[in-house]
Amino acid sequence: MELDPLILSRIQFAFVVSFHAIFPVFTIGLASFIAVLEGLAFKTGNPAWVKLSAFWTKVFAVVFGMGVVSGIVMSFQFGTNWSNFAQATANYLGPILSYEVVTAFFLEAAFLGVLLFGRDKVPAGVHLFAAIMVALGTFISSFWILSANSWMQTPAGTELRDGVFYVTSWSEAIFNPSFPYRFMHMGLASFLTGSFVVAGVSAWYLLRNREVEANRKALSMSLWLILFIAPAQLVVGDFHGLNTLEHQPMKVAAMEGNWETSRNVPLLLFAIPDQANQMNHFEVGIPSLASFVLTHDWNGEVPGLNEVAVEEQPPVAIVFWSFRVMVALGMLMILFGLVGLVLRSKGRYWQTPWFLQGLRFMSLTPFVAVLAGWFVTEIGRAPWLVQGMMNQAESVTPSLTGGMALFTLIGYVVVYAMVFSAGVYYLMRVLYVGIEDSSVDAEYEADRPKRPFSAAHVPFELDNNDTHKPLNQGGH
Amino acid sequence: MELLDLPLIWAFIIGFGIIMYVLMDGFDLGVGILFPFAPNEESRDVMMNTVAPVWDGNETWLVLGGAGLLAAFPLVYSILLPALYIGVFLLLTGLIFRGVAFEFRFKARSSRYLWNWAFAGGSTVASFAQGAVVGAYIQGFETANGVYVGGALDWLTPFTVLTGFGMLAGYALLGSTWLIMKTEGHLQEWAYKITLPLLAGVLVVFGIISVWTPFVDDMVRDRWFSNLSVIWILPALTLLCAFQIFQSARNRLEGMPFVATMGLFVTTYLGLVVSRWPYVVPPEYTLWDAASAPGSQMFLLIGLVFVIPVVLGYTAWTYWVFRGKVRAGEGYH
Repeated sequence: MELDPLILSRIQFAFVVSFHAIFPVFTIGLASFIAVLEGLAFKTGNPAWVKLSAFWTKVFAVVFGMGVVSGIVMSFQFGTNWSNFAQATANYLGPILSYEVVTAFFLEAAFLGVLLFGRDKVPAGVHLFAAIMVALGTFISSFWILSANSWMQTPAGTELRDGVFYVTSWSEAIFNPSFPYRFMHMGLASFLTGSFVVAGVSAWYLLRNREVEANRKALSMSLWLILFIAPAQLVVGDFHGLNTLEHQPMKVAAMEGNWETSRNVPLLLFAIPDQANQMNHFEVGIPSLASFVLTHDWNGEVPGLNEVAVEEQPPVAIVFWSFRVMVALGMLMILFGLVGLVLRSKGRYWQTPWFLQGLRFMSLTPFVAVLAGWFVTEIGRAPWLVQGMMNQAESVTPSLTGGMALFTLIGYVVVYAMVFSAGVYYLMRVLYVGIEDSSVDAEYEADRPKRPFSAAHVPFELDNNDTHKPLNQGGH
Repeated sequence: MELLDLPLIWAFIIGFGIIMYVLMDGFDLGVGILFPFAPNEESRDVMMNTVAPVWDGNETWLVLGGAGLLAAFPLVYSILLPALYIGVFLLLTGLIFRGVAFEFRFKARSSRYLWNWAFAGGSTVASFAQGAVVGAYIQGFETANGVYVGGALDWLTPFTVLTGFGMLAGYALLGSTWLIMKTEGHLQEWAYKITLPLLAGVLVVFGIISVWTPFVDDMVRDRWFSNLSVIWILPALTLLCAFQIFQSARNRLEGMPFVATMGLFVTTYLGLVVSRWPYVVPPEYTLWDAASAPGSQMFLLIGLVFVIPVVLGYTAWTYWVFRGKVRAGEGYH
């Protein structure tokens, strides 16, 4: 079998970027949560807020650390596997991605150290300010990254001359047509991720009767957030979809599994798309609903995949199903928000075991939903890398052979698997040791900037006799 | 006439970033290279503690360099990374392993030996890959129409293997002189003991590289043996630095060996720069050929004017906070 460097590079990029994406999507939401906790602690002086904040900051540190490690690889992928793309788009993407690095750098340099290690070293107001700046920094970082991605979906503010993009208007390029929708959609997704993880972990502690007061507060906060944000996400997602319909109709056609442009298009609940025969098997759908959702008219015309040549269609099945997974999980999230509201009366929300068990499992769903959503938007753009202007085949590194791409693909999978298992295992240890421990941390290790994991003082291995005591007490 | 020669400004910024990275990550990679040879486990704790507060700040220069290169000299980025494909992969995985080892070794007990190996192995592989990259740069790259057209392993030649070992020796020397400055007693004694053999190793490898380089490429030979004789001051300064390391280590000075080693790196680096100036993708493209659009270079420059001073100030502050000797058992874990 001939190894195709293009396919292998696509798999490799999908792998490293998916792996990387799950960390920031969590830290963005979590950073805002921590800032709110710090604000509450500052305002009320209630030690429960301080405890919560100290604990979640510890979790933040570990996840942030893993995000940084996996992110280093990302900044070199464009050059190693997509060098033609890098060269063609550098005039725009180069400065934008550099600004992302610079922002992250700036944030890490100035404020992360204070947040992680400065609780007892700086005045409370300064610590709160650092927490807010870290939260703000994560948003600014995602601003640049999403602007870069959105430009690839809906290029604007640039012109293509002799195979190279030149920027004609920075503001049009940065605020390109799909950017506001993507930024909103992703921002809410981060909040949902943070909320569900906090809710799930708090639920787990509540099931075990650990630190009930603090965990009840955290659960309550996240449930309120879920109640409002999950439905809001549905609305924003709808607007995002309409924007996609306008600029990338083939992506929407693939999401709907709609092969032929027509009216009264049904919303398919189930189907097995068959790209070879350009049709679906086993369709189950609600008549005319897709027309209504997409055009707000039951009789509206929905573009079909037959508008472009077969080789210009995105892979339909994976886009179709990823979209359904994302929407289904979104619905489930709305449901949990509503159930939480119903259980509010008499405070049953933190005392109902089946609900708490359900929340435990729900803590994984935002990650699946986010990845599914990115699958939709990225695979749905195929075969284009820059929509309508540069396709994947033109973008790949010319000198790249299938063997080289396979070698590094296997390499990254192995390395990430090792690093990721160590990281997740350690995160589980941090969660297991729990909130109770947080108060002792600030005592030692105060003036250590910039070592994210150092903020979590949990020994790596399970320990029989001193689970709740950090290792290396002798320090400082 | 343009008011500013933007590509030139950017060449200075990136060139500055590279030497900052080499000097700063160099000593902590060096500590990793020396790690398996340390006298005992307690010394390893201290060694790691000397670099723990600063290493990841050091590595951010690499990420900034990578992104800055894409923005300012996309041609360099899009030719070098494909050409050095396997080498870049080894470099990144090496850095990942040692980064993770940094975090977990202090928290590990029974699995500590695994993290020791991850730290030492990652540091060694990453350093060797960096040296090989330098060698590949001296060799030049096979391009056509702004695209790399060579093979996957063109960068791996006897010459680049030698430069890889040169970098290992050089970083190890940076590491040992750093340890002289930052430690005391038994460990410092050990660092003094290995510094002179390491210096000898560095001089031998650097010597062979210097003699070999003119034969690798005609342009480099012309540069050194034509009328531009003023550049010979650089190798002279390199030798002076080497002598200074030798003298100061023998006289048991604590700071000077490290400073002189940094001097040795800077003069060698400048020697490399003048060998190829103004070509950034030898032998084809100069820095002006490789530059991105002026508007793009300007757009990013505005941000960096504000950020670089902050980063430098912060870096200086970190080193100030963690100045002085590191003793056993008082690490920042």
